Amino acid sequence: MLKGLLTNYYETTAMIIFGIGFVTLLLNRNIIKKIIGFNFMDTGIFLFLAAKGYITGRIAPIVVSTPIEFETYINPIPSGLVLTGIVVSVSISAFFCALAVRLYRAYGTLDLEEIVTKMEKDQGVY
Amino acid sequence: MELVQNFPFACIILTMFVGVLCAVLKPKTARTLAISAMVIVGILSFATLSFVVKTGEYYVYMMGHFPAPFGNEIRIGVLEALMAFIFSIVMILSLLGGMKHIFHDIEDTKVNHNFLMMCLLFSSMLALIYTNDLFTAYVFVEINTLASCAIVMLRKAKETLVATTRYLIMSLLGSGLFLIGICILYDITGHLLMSNIQTSVANLVATGAYRIPLEIIICLFVIGMAIKSALYPFHSWLPDAHGSATSSASAILSGLVVKSYIILLIKICYRVIGIDVIYQSQALNVLFVLGLIAMIMGSVNALREKDLKRMIAYSSVAQLGYIYMGIGLGSEAGMIAACFHILTHAVTKPMLFCAAGGFMEVSGGSKKFKDIRGAGRRNLLAGIAFVVGTLSMVGIPFTSGFVSKMCFAEAALGMSSKMIPTLVVLSISTLLNALYYIPAIMVVFANTGDEVTLFADKKDVAFMVSMIVFMALNFVLGCGSGKIIDMITQGIRMLG
Repeated sequence: MLKGLLTNYYETTAMIIFGIGFVTLLLNRNIIKKIIGFNFMDTGIFLFLAAKGYITGRIAPIVVSTPIEFETYINPIPSGLVLTGIVVSVSISAFFCALAVRLYRAYGTLDLEEIVTKMEKDQGVY
Repeated sequence: MELVQNFPFACIILTMFVGVLCAVLKPKTARTLAISAMVIVGILSFATLSFVVKTGEYYVYMMGHFPAPFGNEIRIGVLEALMAFIFSIVMILSLLGGMKHIFHDIEDTKVNHNFLMMCLLFSSMLALIYTNDLFTAYVFVEINTLASCAIVMLRKAKETLVATTRYLIMSLLGSGLFLIGICILYDITGHLLMSNIQTSVANLVATGAYRIPLEIIICLFVIGMAIKSALYPFHSWLPDAHGSATSSASAILSGLVVKSYIILLIKICYRVIGIDVIYQSQALNVLFVLGLIAMIMGSVNALREKDLKRMIAYSSVAQLGYIYMGIGLGSEAGMIAACFHILTHAVTKPMLFCAAGGFMEVSGGSKKFKDIRGAGRRNLLAGIAFVVGTLSMVGIPFTSGFVSKMCFAEAALGMSSKMIPTLVVLSISTLLNALYYIPAIMVVFANTGDEVTLFADKKDVAFMVSMIVFMALNFVLGCGSGKIIDMITQGIRMLG
């Protein structure tokens, strides 16, 4: 069990990073830290994908003029998926940051629990 | 290839481009453009539906010029075409039903953004329904998330910000789990197209390799989609988000958006993992139990609400429990009942939300029960629609809710091990539904001395049309259910 984890250390690290990000996004009270947690989570997934696509001893799949066998290259699809994932992750981070700005303007704090308390005070007791 | 086979792809791309165009247009022009694009999509989807029903078999549409293992595909069967058709009708009607509030509740400079988000939302839902590629599904899940969060945030009120934050956080957790599931699945099968994955998974199961990763993948998909479609313990974001958005946004979010994830989950069950593998795994039993709990707890929470829209939103939690219970039954009949309930809920809940918008309009914008007393008399059309919707949700004969409850009961009778709990919870939940909807009707029609007016605003033709067509749809689904159920059965068999 431990040996398996050590041999596949890329995947192990990726899963640990994913877990850290997941818990931060779920439990942290600060909005900015939540955004950081979300980015951690996605980075973990990208590390996992990149590690899966890499094959030891091969080069990046860029075709140059001389014809080379396909065994020379690593698997390009996971890299493509990582790129797509980065685009998605950037746009969501941007949206989340904009939301954080609006929350700060409206309530003057970035602590989610405080914000909820202030909101309930605004609305009267539920 | 016939012309009609291009329509599904055309629908996705048309709504997406119209959405982008809406961003730079004036609000009124954007509204006209968005509505007409949706009408076109409805017509095209109907043509697709009649085509696949006529030919009786699904077809795969290749995107670009690369064949199966490399290129991207969409796949159209009866179930997909039926869902796309009904979704486009509900989309148009919900937009019409809340049109006046859109212009009233949203800042003038941002009204066109509302139509942009609606179009993106619709486009991503169509893509989720049609796609045959898991990674494309992920990308559109994220587009869907962003558009629906933005649509909640658009209403100019402070409380929508917190609702959006909660919604966004839970959605991101869900899609993160879904993405890691896709990555592990790609890792052990080497494919992203659904049909290729299914072949590989069948091989893996036959050889007995990777049993634990496969089980984990199923759990990741199921939990990810359950978070995004608000199954009971993960429902905390739903009442806030659906209760505080504009009425047409609430209608679309609860009627369609959460359903698109469930349809994706059904597709994953049949097309990716293979339904036999799913039947053997424990994930369905978890869904079954959570669905049963959701049916009770959603209604109990709705009973305690003092706010009309939040009550309707909690009722959505209970109704989603019905759908998951149907999937969790683990039989074809259960799946058909779940699909029919998706349609039932899609035509009923938007009507309730639009009617609630009509009540708020004549009660000074408040949605608290104490303020909307007698609102049904001041806006009789909304009141009638509300009564029809509640009757359908409770399950009175001749409405679509009755048929779906009957389907669930019939499906439960076929599964001896899950029969007793299903029937018991079904009856308790029906009782609870009646317990909170009937007092709501009594509040809405309470005699406060106002004179009865059929139309609160005679100029708001969109609202009248929407309410009347919604009511008609409810009775059509209730009385003409046989044909729809036949189509769903055909569609489900096509998926396998």
